[in-house]
This record gives sequence, C-alpha cells and structure tokens, in this order.
Amino acid sequence: MKIRILKALLCKEIALMRRNPIIPKMIVAMPLMVMLVLPLVANLDVRNVGVTIVDNDRSQLSRRIIYDIQMATSLTVTKVCDTHNEAMLTVENGKADVILTIPPDYSKLLLSGGSKVDIEANGVNATKGMLGANYVAQSVAGTLKQWREEMGVDLTPETEKVSVLNKYNPTLNFRNYMIPALMVVLLIIICGFVPTLNLVNEKETGTIEAMNVTPVSRFIFVLSKLIPFWVVGLFVITVGMLIGRLVYGLTPHGNILAIYCATILFSLVMSGLGVAIANNSSTMLQSIFVMFAFIMVFQLMSGLFTPIRSMPEWAQCVTYAIPPRYYIEIMRSIYLKGTPVSELWQPYTILFIFAVSFSIIAAMTYKKQS
Amino acid sequence: MKKCDKVISVKDLTKKFGNFTAVDHITFDVQKGEIFGFLGANGAGKTTAMKMLCGLSRPSSGSATVANYDISTQGEEVKRHIGYMSQKFSLYEGLRVDENIKLFSTIYGMTDDMIKSASDRLYKSLNMEGMKKTLVKDLPVGWKQKLAFAVSTIHNPEVVFLDEPTGGVDPVTRRKFWELIYKASEEGMTVFVTTHYLDEAEYCNRVSIMVDGKISALDSPKALKEKFNVATMDEVFRIVAKDAIRED
Repeated sequence: MKIRILKALLCKEIALMRRNPIIPKMIVAMPLMVMLVLPLVANLDVRNVGVTIVDNDRSQLSRRIIYDIQMATSLTVTKVCDTHNEAMLTVENGKADVILTIPPDYSKLLLSGGSKVDIEANGVNATKGMLGANYVAQSVAGTLKQWREEMGVDLTPETEKVSVLNKYNPTLNFRNYMIPALMVVLLIIICGFVPTLNLVNEKETGTIEAMNVTPVSRFIFVLSKLIPFWVVGLFVITVGMLIGRLVYGLTPHGNILAIYCATILFSLVMSGLGVAIANNSSTMLQSIFVMFAFIMVFQLMSGLFTPIRSMPEWAQCVTYAIPPRYYIEIMRSIYLKGTPVSELWQPYTILFIFAVSFSIIAAMTYKKQS
Repeated sequence: MKKCDKVISVKDLTKKFGNFTAVDHITFDVQKGEIFGFLGANGAGKTTAMKMLCGLSRPSSGSATVANYDISTQGEEVKRHIGYMSQKFSLYEGLRVDENIKLFSTIYGMTDDMIKSASDRLYKSLNMEGMKKTLVKDLPVGWKQKLAFAVSTIHNPEVVFLDEPTGGVDPVTRRKFWELIYKASEEGMTVFVTTHYLDEAEYCNRVSIMVDGKISALDSPKALKEKFNVATMDEVFRIVAKDAIRED
C-alpha cells in the first residue's frame, strides 16, 4: 500500500518536473555549460607572469638569462630596463609581476667569488607573486647551471640534484584536480536548490495544503521529494564524466559504480538539506537566502578549491561537519588515484550517516499540522 | 436526521496566535447528512476554525471530534474520513485531470478498480469525459472548482469541508456547484461550507454566523430570519455582524 502511494507521488513529481518550463532544461544545460567552460577558465595554474628585467651587467650571460626567461612557458619578459625605477613603473601599471635585477659585472663576479641576482614580486596576488618569483628563480638557476657546465665548473654537488615525479596527476594539470570538484559543485547546486524551490513552490501555490489534509505519511511524502534527485544526481555526474572524457581526456581511474554510489548518498544529503530548509521557509526568497549561506560554506570549506590541510586548525575541525568534504575526497581518490572502495570505507560510512540523518531531519521537520 | 448522529462535535475550540485569539471558544454540533453553512465576515476566524477541524492546525484549547475521531489526538484518522477543498485552488495545475484523480485516490488507499469506477462516475457526472487528458491549468475556473470538489470527495468521505468554494465563479456555475453539493448531501455526506454569498446560505440546513472569533448566531435560515424579523439572510447577516470590530 505504502509502496503504491510512494509510486503515485513519484509519478506526480516526475510529471511536474518534466512539464516545468525551466527545470529540465537547466538540469541538462547547467552541467554542459559548467563542464565545457569552467575547467578552461577556473584555473589556478599561474601562467603569463610578466617579468621586467633590470640588466646592469649587459654581458653574454645576462642576455642568456633574459632569453631563457622569454622561452620559459609561464614567463614573459615585459621589458628590459636600465633603472630600477623604470622597472617599478611596469609593476605599478600592472604590466609586470616580477622584477629581476642583474647586478653590474654579474658574470665576472660569479666566476671569481659569487654574486646574487635580485628578485622582487608583486604580492597583491599572493599566489601569482610567489609562484612567479619561484619560476624566475628556477629559470635563472637553470641558465646558470648550463653556463657553468659550459665553462667547466659544476658547482652543484651530485647529491643535491633532485628529480621530481608527480604521481596521479603527472603533468600537474590543475584541470584534472578541478573536474571532479566541478561535478561536486553542480551536485551541490542542482540537488540543493531544486528540491528546496520545488517544496516551497507547493507551499506558495497551496497544493501542500491539499496534501496535508490527506492521510499521506510525511515520511513517504518527503521520500517522494528526495528520490527524484538520485536520478538527477546520477544524470549530472554521468554528463560530467562523459565531458571529462570526451573533451578533456580525463577518465576515472577507479570504479564508476563506486562514484555512482557516493553520488546517490550525496544527492540524498543535499536534497534532504533542501527539504529541511524548505520546511522552515514560507517563501522562495527565504529559502534561497538560507540555501545560499549553506552553499557558500560547503563550497569554500570542503576542500573543493583550497586544500583542507592549509586551513587553520579550528577550521579543519569544522570541515568534519561538512558533508561535501567526504564526497570530494571520494571523488578525487577514485577519479585521480583509482583508490579501491575498501580503502575509502570511512568517507563512505560518514556520507551514509549524513544521508540518513539529513533525510530523517527532512521528514521530521515536515509538519502536516501547524 | 437523528440527534445522536453527530458527525462534528465542537466544544470550546480556541486558536490563539500570540495575543490574537482567532477562534474564541466556539461550540456547536453538525448532524450527519446536514449542509452546514459557516458564515462570517473576513477575518472572523472561519478558515482557522475549519483548518482545526481538518487537522491542518492544532487547537490552542478546547476539543472537537470529526467522524468520531478526536482532532487533537487522532488527526491522521480524521484526515482519512474527510474531504477538504481549500479557498485557494489546490489541485496540481501541472498534472492532467486523470493524473490528479489518480494521485489523490491512491493516497486515500483506493485500489485500481475502485479508482477506475469512481473516476468514470466523476467524469460522467461532471461531463468531463473529453477533458481527462487536459492539464488542469488549462481548464476554465468553473470546471476547476467542480473538479476540485469531485476530487475532494472521491474517497466518499463522511464530511467534506468547503472553504469558499464558489469564490470568483459566475452565477450559473455557482448554481451548478450547489447542485453537486446537494447531490453529495443526499448521498449521506455531511457538507461543511463557508461562503460570502448569502443567497447560498439559504440553501443550507443550518447556518452559523461567526463574529470576531465567536459564533453569534446558529440556526436554520428560516428560524434566523424569523428571529430577527427580516426577509433575507443578507439582512440577518448585517444585523448579527454589525458590531464586528475586526477587519481584514
């Protein structure tokens, strides 16, 4: 009997969603747009660092340093100046990020005893400044190393030579890190907002009253609001994975079923939260506002864009209470590392607990009587 | 009509919202098969009282039974035995006529066979056979109201609560709507109806008039007119409600 009622309610939800003029289009268009555009745009890789060089040496070596910087992938020589003041101007008007000063007689001093170049970076954009300065230092070091070898003096001891191998994301492509994250963002937004607006809409149009006056159990009614978003969540993730593969050539290394399983749990978390918010709001405006607050925190504190381990300790503790944290962990582990589910039992369990408790909260806060 | 057949029995029912007493100790009974008119000015507390009887709103104090179930403790049982048509049209506009019927009748636990025969009867009596597959939002207002009434009584409830069912409906459709109400009443259903149209009050077996949360008059239309020595219910209402303080 209860199954029949649930089935009837699900049919109603699906028919209403299908006939909605906007929602189905959004569910298709949003993942497409986000997955096609954002991985190209939302990029924390530092490229095009402008370098202004104050060349006081004017030697063969200094010209080589400049040439090598010009050739480096992420660096561009903005200008070669004679004075430091002139170089500062290029930083102030935003054309350059880093100033490299080569002291007079640099190449001669280097052979006789030692001398230093000076690297200054614009710290307004902290990441760009830091990485830019690093890139310039690396480039200069590379040139010097080559130059010394040619001159027959290799000053670097053999032991200090390091070779770095990046595992799981060998080219250190930021895109690979972002693609699973963007799918999580999509799920947060779609499975969070749509059920909230759906339920508040029933309140605003008055149909909820027609439901509340029937003997329908509130658990079944709330389930009928949550279940459609499993399907929606699975759809969104499928679209995301297909685009990831076809457009960016990124295929999950792990089990796709495991990704789907985590997706069902997470869409339950988000839609449960959405229904709980809707239960406590009487207008769409209220519910949207509250949902935004949650989504802000979910996106910025779950490790989506910034690593959790670089947060202050208290904030790291807070992230344990943020469900997307576990979903992202699962997604990235399976996607990039191919981690087997057996090693991810912890985040799966926690996500499961969140899913169950959010669904219960959604049902408990749904009041048939005011 | 036997005295013992009380379908609705209300005693000192009260609803307070903060300091505001929307419904103030009302007491009355409704007999089985009766058409009970529940009149009152805007803001008099009719809808609030009705919502308490339907289990949509929890009473602050007092008690009531509907279909022999206590509204405070057996709310869900009450819901199984009543129908309710709200002031606001509340069928799913995005669903077709047949989908709405199927949804609500399934919730009331009707089997597929029962749903089929009930909906066939419904289409026939409303002359809606050609509109089964029409989206409800595409129906004219009059049809919507008739459909809402039919859906709220599809499970053959003991009482049906109608909250201003004929608001914004033309006189001809209103007349037809009342024919539906009479038919339901003849079949033994108790009808509890609020309205602002005083000509409609004349169709009721008994009417109560609420003023500022209290019931100020309760009797058959004929007896009320005699009591106030006037010719129409309209005049009765004016006399009873003239001291009302509340306004919408």
